[in-house]
Amino acid sequence: MAASLDKNNKGVASRILATAKSNPIVVLLVFVSIVVGFTTQNFFSWGNLGNLISNTAIRFLIALGVSGCLITKGTDLSAGRQVGLAACIAGVLIQRGDYTGRLYKSFPEMNMWIVLLIVLAIGAFIGFVNGWIISRLKVPPFITTLGTQTIVYGFCLVFTDAQPIGGFQQVYTKLITGRIGNVRGFYLPYLLFVALVFGALFWFIYNKTCHGKYMYAIGGNEVAAEVSGVNTKNTLLRIYIIAGVMYALAGYLLAAKSGGASASMGQGYELEAIAGCTIGGVSTTGGIGRVSGVLVGVLVFELLKIVLQFLGVNPYYNYVVQGLVIVVAVALDIRKYIAKK
Amino acid sequence: MSEYLLEMKDVSKAFPGVQALSHAQLQLKPGHVHALMGENGAGKSTLMKCMFGIYKMDEGQVFIDGQPVIIKDPIDALSKGIAMVHQELQPIPARTIGENIFLGRYPIKKLLRFIPTVDHDKMYKDTDALLKKVKLPFDSKQLVGSLSTSQMQLVEIAKAVSANCRVLILDEPTSSLTQNEVDSLFDIINDLKKDGVAIVYISHKMDEILKISDEVTIMRDGQYVGTWEASKLTTTSIITKMVGRELTNLFPKRENVPGEVVFEVKDFTSINPKSFRHVSFNIRKGEILGVGGLVGAQRTELMEGIFGIRSHVSGKVFLNGKELKISRPKDAIDHGVAMLTESRRTSGIMGVLSVADNISISSLNKYLDYKICINSSKVEALVQDNVHKMNIKTPSSKTLIQSLSGGNQQKVIIGRWLANDPDVLILDEPTRGIDVGAKYEIYCIIAELAKQGKSILMITSEMGELLGMSDRIMVMCDGRCSGFLEGSQATQQNVMELATKFE
Repeated sequence: MAASLDKNNKGVASRILATAKSNPIVVLLVFVSIVVGFTTQNFFSWGNLGNLISNTAIRFLIALGVSGCLITKGTDLSAGRQVGLAACIAGVLIQRGDYTGRLYKSFPEMNMWIVLLIVLAIGAFIGFVNGWIISRLKVPPFITTLGTQTIVYGFCLVFTDAQPIGGFQQVYTKLITGRIGNVRGFYLPYLLFVALVFGALFWFIYNKTCHGKYMYAIGGNEVAAEVSGVNTKNTLLRIYIIAGVMYALAGYLLAAKSGGASASMGQGYELEAIAGCTIGGVSTTGGIGRVSGVLVGVLVFELLKIVLQFLGVNPYYNYVVQGLVIVVAVALDIRKYIAKK
Repeated sequence: MSEYLLEMKDVSKAFPGVQALSHAQLQLKPGHVHALMGENGAGKSTLMKCMFGIYKMDEGQVFIDGQPVIIKDPIDALSKGIAMVHQELQPIPARTIGENIFLGRYPIKKLLRFIPTVDHDKMYKDTDALLKKVKLPFDSKQLVGSLSTSQMQLVEIAKAVSANCRVLILDEPTSSLTQNEVDSLFDIINDLKKDGVAIVYISHKMDEILKISDEVTIMRDGQYVGTWEASKLTTTSIITKMVGRELTNLFPKRENVPGEVVFEVKDFTSINPKSFRHVSFNIRKGEILGVGGLVGAQRTELMEGIFGIRSHVSGKVFLNGKELKISRPKDAIDHGVAMLTESRRTSGIMGVLSVADNISISSLNKYLDYKICINSSKVEALVQDNVHKMNIKTPSSKTLIQSLSGGNQQKVIIGRWLANDPDVLILDEPTRGIDVGAKYEIYCIIAELAKQGKSILMITSEMGELLGMSDRIMVMCDGRCSGFLEGSQATQQNVMELATKFE
C-alpha cells in the first residue's frame, strides 16, 4: 500500500516535471510572480487576486473564440474590434433613459437581457460574414479578418460618432461587476463563473461533439477531412460564428466592467487572445490546442501584466515585454516539433 | 587509394522509441549503380539522410576516397559532391524550371561592378543546356507548376545531375514515372555511370532493380543484411532476404463470388476537356474491378470525379438502380461509396491527430448520445476493433498517426472507411510506398472485403497487383476507357496494348 502510494507520488512528480519542461515560459512567469510577490507589498492580496480573475475571465472568453480559428490554421484579427463594437452597442442601448448625454435620444430604455441578445446576434452575424468569406470565397482568414477588422471599427465610429458612452443602467453594471461570498475580504466575482461555464462548454464542444472533432481534423489536414466526408465549409462557418458570439459576450461584459465604452475599446485584444492561446500550446500549424491550455495561456499573460505593474515598469515598456513573451513562447513551442526530427 | 568512392561504416541512429539504424554499412564504387533495398522502415531513407547530412548519426563513420569525413548538413554534402533526389518532391511551383534548378546557387553578376544580382541570362542558358543533356523537352522559363508530377520528378533529377555530383542518391525516383520516362531516366543514369558517378538507387520495383543496378545492398530492421552482385539475384531471392522469410504467395487466394451489378457509371465526362470523358462501366456485388493504365490516363481523376472531389459536366452514377447525385465527398459517403485517395500525406492522414481520431472521423455521427455527445467508449471499441482486425501496429490508439509506418497508416485509413460499412470501395493505389509484408496484409483485407460482398474498384499502376488481384480489369488510356478484360484472360501484353491505345 505504502509502496504503491510512493509510486503514485513519483508518477505525479515526474509528470509535473515533464509539464514544466514543456512549458518553460509558464514556469518562468510563475517563478517571477512569486519573487515579485515576496518583494513587493499587496501582490498577494485578495483584491489583487479578484482583479486578476476578472481581467482573465473576459480575456479568456475572447481567447476561446479565437482558439477555434487558430486550431483550423486560421486567425481572427477582427476579434478586438468586434469586442469594441459589442461594448459600444451594449453601452448605447443600455444607457439610462434620464441620462443627459444619451447618444440616441429616440431609443427606448431597454432591458439588459434583451440588449445582450441583440449584441450576441450582431456578433453572430459578423462571425457569419467572416466565416462565409473564408469558407465559401476561400479568402485566407488573415486577409478576411484584416478587412472586417477595419470595417467593424468604421461602423463602430459611425455608430458612436467617436463619442465616449456612459450613464449605464445601474442594474447592468452592478450585476456584472457583482461578486459573491466574503472570506476575509475576498469575493468571488460573477465573471469567474461566466468564464468557468464557458470554459466547460468549450471543453465539451472540443472533445465531445462532432463539431470539435471536425475542427481538429480540419486543422490536421483539411483535404483529408473533406475527403472523409467532413463538411469543412459549415464547420469553419460555425467556428467563426461561435467566435463572433464570444467576442460580443466579452464586449457586453467589458462595457459593464469598465462602466463606459468607446470606439477604441478592445483595440489589440485580438493579439492578446492569440498570444494567450499560443502560450497555452495552441499550435500555429493547426490541429492542436486544448481549452485548459488556453486558460493557462491567458492567465499567464494577465499575470505578466500585473507583475510588470507591481514592478513599477514604465507602462510603455509593457508592450515591449509582452511582445517578447509572445515571440519567445512561440519560438519555444516550435522547438518542440523541430527537436523531433 | 580505396576501391570505394564512398563508404559508410557502423552507422547507428536512434529516434525516440525507435532504433532506426544499428551498425548499417554501405560501400559505393565509382561508376556503379548500387541498389539499396528493404521493407519500409528498414532504414534505407534514414541511412541516406545520414549520408546527406539531414540527420546526424549517433555512431559510425563516412569515408570519401578512403578519407574519413564528417558531413554536417546538406550544403556540406553538396560541396563534397553528394546530391540527393528526395522521395517526396519539394519543388516551388510558382517559379520557373531554371530558378528551381539553380535555387540556392544562382549565378551572380555584378551590376555596375559592385551590386551582386542574379545573372538570369546565364541561369536560363545553363538550364537549357542541362535539359538538353538529359533529353527533357521543356523550356527553362516554364513554370514548374505547369508540369505533371512525373515531369517535376525528372526536373528534380536534372537538378541533382546539374550539381556535378560524384554520388547521386535517388530515393524512389520512378514512383510516378511512366515507362517512357523510366527509360529516359535509365539513359541519364547510364551516362552518369560513364562519368564515374556512384549512384544509390532506392526502389521497391524489382524489375527495375535487376535491370539497372550492379550491386544490391539489402537492409532489414535498420540492420545490414548483405551486399550481392545484382546479376546473381532474382526477384524471389531479394524478397526472401528482405523479409527474412519465404514468401510463397504474393497474393492471397480469393474466395469472392461476384453477384449482380450494384454500381453503374454512365458516360462520365470531366469539366476539364483534357481529363476523363465518356467513361461507362459497372461493377458487381463482391467483385474486384482493377483499373489499369499508364500514369496520366486520368484514372485518379475519374474516380475523384465519381466521388465528388472533382467536377463533371455529364454522366450519371447508379447504385442499386437508383441514381445518385454526388457533388461532394459527403454525398458519396452518405450513399455508401468510400474512396481511399492516392496520396496518403496530402489527402489521407491527419498527422497531428491520434490513430483513434483518424479511424473514427468519418463515422463519428453514428456514435452520438442525445444526438450531440460523442460516446467515447463506443468510439474506442470501434477503434480497437479496427486496430485488431487490420493488425495495425501501434503502441496505443492515442499514438499520433504520423509516427506510424506507411503501411500502418494506410491500414488506419482503410479502417476509417470500413467503419462506415460502404457498399462500394474505391481504392486508389492502395499499396503505393508500402513494404512487401504490409502489402500482402492489405491484399488479404481487400480479398476479405470482396468476399463479404463489397464491390471494390482498385486503381493500380503495378502490373503484378492488377493481374493478381482483379476479377475484371478496366483499362484507361488518355481519359477514355479503352477496354475491359476478364481477370483470367488478362496478361501483361493485352493490358499494355489497351493502355497504349491512343486515338
